[in-house]
Amino acid sequence: MNGAARPPAGLLVWLAGGAALALVLALTLGAVALVALRAEGAGALTTPDLRALRFTAWQAFLSAALSVLLAIPLARALARRRFPGRGLLVSLLGAPFLLPVIVAILGVIAIWGRSGWVNDGLGAIGAPRIDVYGLPGVLLAHVFFNLPLATRLILQGYAEIPAERWRLAAQLGIEGRALFRLLEAPMLRAVAPGAFALVFLICATSFAVALALGGGPRATTLELAIYQAMRFDFDLGRAALLAALQFALCLGLALLAAGLSAPAALGPGFGAAPERWDGRGGLARAADAALIALGALFLLSPLLAALLHGIPGLGAMGAGVWPAAGRSLIVALAAAALSLALAGALAGLIVALEARWAPAGRLTEALGLLTLAVSPFVAGVALFLALRPLISPVSAALPLIALVNALMALPYALRLLLPPLREAARDYGPLAASLGMGAGARLRLVWLPRLRRPLGFAGGVAAALAMGDLGVVALFSAPGAPTLPLYVYGLVSAHRLEAAGGAALLLAGLSFSLFAAFDAWGRARDPA
Amino acid sequence: MIRLEGAEARRGAFWLRADFALARGAHLSLIGPSGGGKSTLLNLIAGFVSLSAGRLLLDGREMGRAAPAERPVTMLFQEHNLFPHLDAAANVGLGIDPGLRLSPSDRARVAAALAEVGLEGLGARMPADLSGGQRQRVALARALLRDRPILLLDEPFAALGPAMRAEMLGLVAALREGRGMTVVMSTHDPDEARRAGGLASFVAEGEVSAPAPVSAVLDAPPPALAAYLGAQEIARSAAIRPAT
Repeated sequence: MNGAARPPAGLLVWLAGGAALALVLALTLGAVALVALRAEGAGALTTPDLRALRFTAWQAFLSAALSVLLAIPLARALARRRFPGRGLLVSLLGAPFLLPVIVAILGVIAIWGRSGWVNDGLGAIGAPRIDVYGLPGVLLAHVFFNLPLATRLILQGYAEIPAERWRLAAQLGIEGRALFRLLEAPMLRAVAPGAFALVFLICATSFAVALALGGGPRATTLELAIYQAMRFDFDLGRAALLAALQFALCLGLALLAAGLSAPAALGPGFGAAPERWDGRGGLARAADAALIALGALFLLSPLLAALLHGIPGLGAMGAGVWPAAGRSLIVALAAAALSLALAGALAGLIVALEARWAPAGRLTEALGLLTLAVSPFVAGVALFLALRPLISPVSAALPLIALVNALMALPYALRLLLPPLREAARDYGPLAASLGMGAGARLRLVWLPRLRRPLGFAGGVAAALAMGDLGVVALFSAPGAPTLPLYVYGLVSAHRLEAAGGAALLLAGLSFSLFAAFDAWGRARDPA
Repeated sequence: MIRLEGAEARRGAFWLRADFALARGAHLSLIGPSGGGKSTLLNLIAGFVSLSAGRLLLDGREMGRAAPAERPVTMLFQEHNLFPHLDAAANVGLGIDPGLRLSPSDRARVAAALAEVGLEGLGARMPADLSGGQRQRVALARALLRDRPILLLDEPFAALGPAMRAEMLGLVAALREGRGMTVVMSTHDPDEARRAGGLASFVAEGEVSAPAPVSAVLDAPPPALAAYLGAQEIARSAAIRPAT
């Protein structure tokens, strides 16, 4: 069968996909419009707003540039070295992305903060202490989160270079710089702009990091300004204006990145890590070893600090911690289910559209990724405004938080589900069509079994992200009924640091356990 | 049984034209280079490529717009004929109910179909645990249960060894004669066409020649086919006789 084969899509695909797309559009573009409409009096940009815009763009640019520039040598070293624990280290690179942001912040402070390990060390040798609050702190936290993400994206690029090409290069005696130019640079040109754009988008919508580590009004992000406009001033006009600003910034960058990065061609030979013959010299070995050690130290020390600071506090977390954990679990599970349903429906729609007219499929895919650029506060406030006449805001707090979190995890779930769905539709769509399988039979007998693994992984990512969310929760959580991240934040604000450490450890443990449970479900009964 | 009247299909810059008729119970081999239109013609009949002009009649009914499952057709692809996560019996059972809700008597029919293609007792095997030839037999067993009068084969045995290929051709011939099926099979191997017997058409650059007896086509090939086959190949393959 050639690619142009066209298995007819069922009505269900169009209905479910259309509904999901409508919901995404309503909660992104529609939300900004609704909030602007309800605003009393047109907001005007003030000097602090412009300062927030400038700071947001600048810190996101620096965070993305630092993350990607550091990720390239680290990924290069990891790609060509085999050592005990390499698999574990590569797996651990996935940890910061799933780590609740408040836990990561506590970890970063424990290492780099005023009385952190680094300053203790500097003090011991009589060197001046460093102060990370403000731009340095924001960058440190963002690089901690995103260096591993960028490293994994680039490692993925390395994995997609066919093993045969390394073999050919080794036979021809191509090494070092020439090898880099021949094989690695073209791959990086394809992968790095996408990684830069993703990190930029994540950092441009950063809220909790700026809240905890930013140094007052000079280091305020747009997202933080939106939160302040809503929480303290209830100035919807200004919030909508700031949200539109943030949206334009992110969209502009996303378009730029889409134009920059040609999709890396998938050659044959993709699969296991290929054997490498280059870099046998002593200097290259030492440099790679140093890079990997430094990278591991930078990434693992905050995790270790969170663990060490957390254990003594486990007994002092307070009675409120368990109900808070329960609320967070409910939110996480609901957000994961919603996110998978949305991503599955959208992916089905995209594949069906692609079979008819490829640009329509690409446009829908881009719209599905739109939520990366949208403020969850604005989506939440729009929902709040729309639902207020119908239901009581307090009773709707948790469903609202779950829905917004599902939306925030949607781009990741979509990215994870779309390629395997495309592949399954290409390989088995014609067979299913020729057998006359209806939408229900296809879902039950073909798509779910074929996609079980990415579904488990995407569900785990969505659950962990929602579990650790300290964004929309901060705005909508009912008073006296916090989720676990908010509870931890409350303990930190009250300077009950030992209890905060313990609750943070519990939160991190629950997040990773949720992810592991979903992922294990996906791996059980691996399809052939 | 199969009638194409001024039928045309476009796929990007590629353009296929076909104008022929095939009687019930016939076997037609499509011979020609890859990229010449063999697969497109089969996909057109099966409903995976849509008709841009002309008419397609199957069993005397206009079928140019019908969905694949509505056509009186079973198609065996080169690969991906089985769902790898379902066992052989379930893959065959899809031919009875695409939702796989099977009664005990349905299961008995599945077992009988597997036995008919020489896979008795292997219903619980997963596709990964079957050889390439066995996998295509499972697909043939499903074709038996679907009981559609037209069987389309898109180079289905290209990945098999010579002995297995001859055996599968014999199985297809037995099905065709036993059930009065009409078979259209694409191949790039003239020997395979000779063994299968019946009719042959040369398909190249989007043109389909009128079906004619396979020995006539291959013994006195038109210039384009002669160029495709090569003089030595024509002399060698002339010695091969049909399998049945």
